[in-house]
Amino acid sequence: MHFYGTEIKSRLLLGTAQYPSPAILAEAVQASGTEIITVSLRRETADGSGAGFWGSLQDTGCRILPNTAGCHTVQEAVTTARMARELFGTPWIKLEVIGHSDTLQPDVFGLVEAARILSGEGFQVFPYTTDDLVVGEKLLDAGCEVLMPWGAPIGSGQGLRNPDALRAMRAHFPEVPLIVDAGIGRPSDAAQAMELGMDAVLLNTAVAKAGDPAGMARAMAQAVEAGRLGYKADPMERRDMAVPSTPVLGMAEFA
Amino acid sequence: MITIAGAGLVGLACAYELAQRGAAVTVYERGETPGDSSVARYAGGMLAPWCERESAEEEVITLGSRAFDWWARVTTVHRRGTLVVAPSRDRAELTRFARRTTGHRGVDGSAIANLEPALAGRFTQGLLFEQEAHLDPRRALRDLTAKVQEMGVGIRYGAPAPAGVMLDCTGMAAPLAGLRPVRGEMAILHCPEVEIRRTLRLLHPRMPLYLVPRGDGHFMIGGTMIESSSDRPVTLRSLSELLSAAFALHPAFAEASVVETGAGLRPAFPDNLPRLTKQDGKLYLNGLYRHGFLLAPAMAQQAADRLIPETSDEDHRERQTA
Repeated sequence: MHFYGTEIKSRLLLGTAQYPSPAILAEAVQASGTEIITVSLRRETADGSGAGFWGSLQDTGCRILPNTAGCHTVQEAVTTARMARELFGTPWIKLEVIGHSDTLQPDVFGLVEAARILSGEGFQVFPYTTDDLVVGEKLLDAGCEVLMPWGAPIGSGQGLRNPDALRAMRAHFPEVPLIVDAGIGRPSDAAQAMELGMDAVLLNTAVAKAGDPAGMARAMAQAVEAGRLGYKADPMERRDMAVPSTPVLGMAEFA
Repeated sequence: MITIAGAGLVGLACAYELAQRGAAVTVYERGETPGDSSVARYAGGMLAPWCERESAEEEVITLGSRAFDWWARVTTVHRRGTLVVAPSRDRAELTRFARRTTGHRGVDGSAIANLEPALAGRFTQGLLFEQEAHLDPRRALRDLTAKVQEMGVGIRYGAPAPAGVMLDCTGMAAPLAGLRPVRGEMAILHCPEVEIRRTLRLLHPRMPLYLVPRGDGHFMIGGTMIESSSDRPVTLRSLSELLSAAFALHPAFAEASVVETGAGLRPAFPDNLPRLTKQDGKLYLNGLYRHGFLLAPAMAQQAADRLIPETSDEDHRERQTA
């Protein structure tokens, strides 16, 4: 799997907010086996000392995907992205332009506009979007090479609210890396996303707010792996009627 | 003579413990006046180990349970418990909070109204942590300062600690590996129309709030936890979220005066637990994070235990070599 030409092996991406402590965050990152962690620049500022929160994130050895979480306007998101590039020296940016403060759903109009501006400036944009196909197309037109459709509202843990739309997305964009971002609550949700053919899953709250974050990170990693293997193995079709799994021809004979 | 750097909450608590054990103590404080550079002045002053366990390690309870009697010897402690509520649409937050904590009992709408008549009809479900308490941080710091001075502790204001200082309690100013700042923001409201007697926590997925009564119609509100080293004044977003949350708690807060706002940097280690460490011959007590008033007593006792035998050993050696 490649994101903007970079080969990535782990199909689980992890957010770094809301953990009980940086020590527990580090355990969870390790248990998840992730290669990519997202970091919010909206509120947490780098101090360059290496001793702070940044330092603990850099110590994980993961690739950092800065995000524009909490940005409500194009201008805010673009400014945050530029700051992120400066701080981390990465062209990657997970672009969020929030349209509604209660549902945190993306403002897809602002998202496309911000994606166009940032792509033009050489950013490699990972847009947090809905499962709308037309919006997906517009994002690709704007220069995005990855799409991050939501599963459910951020932090809601509702799982995939519209699996059919995600399946349609897979069919419509067969070559574009699709990462389900937001809404995953349980390992079964992550497995379901992967079974639908998504390339990866990004989650945060489901691990950070679990009673045992490291344990949940491990469970999510295995679910992602299982879902991916299941997808690749071409699952059987559902049937309405039972079919015996053992042969019925030839009855047992009692001598 | 035991020397301490920093007359903030931690330094003063250590001075108290050492003086109690009969040691002569001098505290050096770079600030000109009491409380000048202490982040504790922005604290909530909650003694709430059971609530804190929601996101903290078990130590907050084992170490924090000593705080109640300790502070009661120094200042006024209000043992009225903590009431945790959530708006009905965020009830899942309450379920989660209850599952992650102990020492509480569920309360319904009428029990909430009995406990805090101002909240009658506003919340139908909550958790009461009966054993918890709160104090007024600034008053507690003043009382603790007066207490240790009464016990003979010398506090030198405007005086940086000498090179050989034995115990360093300088918070974010200490040169300790792994220590990081966690920014907290608060506001003080004056709203005589609302009478609330105990600490309230309003659970909300995005803007959790705690409100601590300070008496005379004053309330401290806070709740932000930001991984940042910026000590600039409170941001508009944080303030508006805090104020909206207070308004959600009770609409009469709309008419409250915002008497003060503040932001401080709390020192924390990666596990968010305090540490007593020895480095370059000096003892450091640091990393009390958001649990300053809760954990200072137990940690100060540990620091005193470490310092008193060491001091007496040295005295012993000095006598032998003399």
